Amino acid sequence: MTGRGDWWYDEAAGPVVRPYAMVRGRTRPVTAELHLVTQVRAMPSASDPESLTVEHLEIMELCRRPLSVAEVAAYLDVPLVVVKVLLSDLIQRGDVVIRDPARVAEIPDRNLLQAVLDGVRGI
Amino acid sequence: MASVESERPGGELLVPTPVKIVIAGGFGTGKTTMVKSVSEIAPLHTEELLTEASVGVDDLAGVEGKTTTTVALDFGRITISPEIVLYLFGTPGQGRFWFMWDELAQGAIGAVVLVDTRRLDSSFPSIDFFERRDIPFIVAVNCFDDAHKYAVDEVRGALDLDKSIPVMLCDVRDRESSKSVLVGIIEHAMSRLDAMA
Repeated sequence: MTGRGDWWYDEAAGPVVRPYAMVRGRTRPVTAELHLVTQVRAMPSASDPESLTVEHLEIMELCRRPLSVAEVAAYLDVPLVVVKVLLSDLIQRGDVVIRDPARVAEIPDRNLLQAVLDGVRGI
Repeated sequence: MASVESERPGGELLVPTPVKIVIAGGFGTGKTTMVKSVSEIAPLHTEELLTEASVGVDDLAGVEGKTTTTVALDFGRITISPEIVLYLFGTPGQGRFWFMWDELAQGAIGAVVLVDTRRLDSSFPSIDFFERRDIPFIVAVNCFDDAHKYAVDEVRGALDLDKSIPVMLCDVRDRESSKSVLVGIIEHAMSRLDAMA
């Protein structure tokens, strides 16, 4: 659903077409790399909701509380690559803030590990 | 679930730091069961669409034409605090999806390799993967009801594991048992950090 009325595909096009139509054929997010666990949180209100698609608005709604990229994809039931493109739109507009994993290429530091250890023991 | 405060003092939105642990092992070793037993949410499922370019050419045997293929990921979540959230990712099938394993392992606290003693060899590729990349991992023997019970040392010997790699016995259906496995990998990752310091 692009929200633009350009229904150039039909059911025969199969399930793969729809996600790509949603992002108007784009397969590469334009902003920084988004990881599976990168946290996304919506700003209290979108800057210009009229110009957003249904999917963008769904993400804004979901991310009222912080969620990972993988969770957003799971809840929207669309492939990760599609969610990354949609998120990169929202990041560019300043409608969401993100937080990457502590240090992507390295393992987390000791204080963080201790906090995770205490947390897991406490569940 | 821990409550999430909406703002830091000063009005800045609070966005937690994410960390992850990878749950690996051969098919049927209990990866999804383990995620389910400790996750605070029902395990979530997502898919990545792959084109041929994403997949090693040598591994494409049987995949004909320019089709896309999907790699499925199942994962769970444990909210540690408003500032930290832990994700548990079960690894997708071994072999064709190694590149996805690389993404999962990148920046992870470490990995748990689940082992079924009736099919030890099914977990060899997982062990090799983490050994080669020098990613902290522990081996957790999932004690299936109808499997012969082996001692930790027997399993260690059969898997030819370095003595620095912890081996634990567990029942991943049991939440406390799965928790102790998570504690095991976090402690192992911490002791490796200490050894490097």
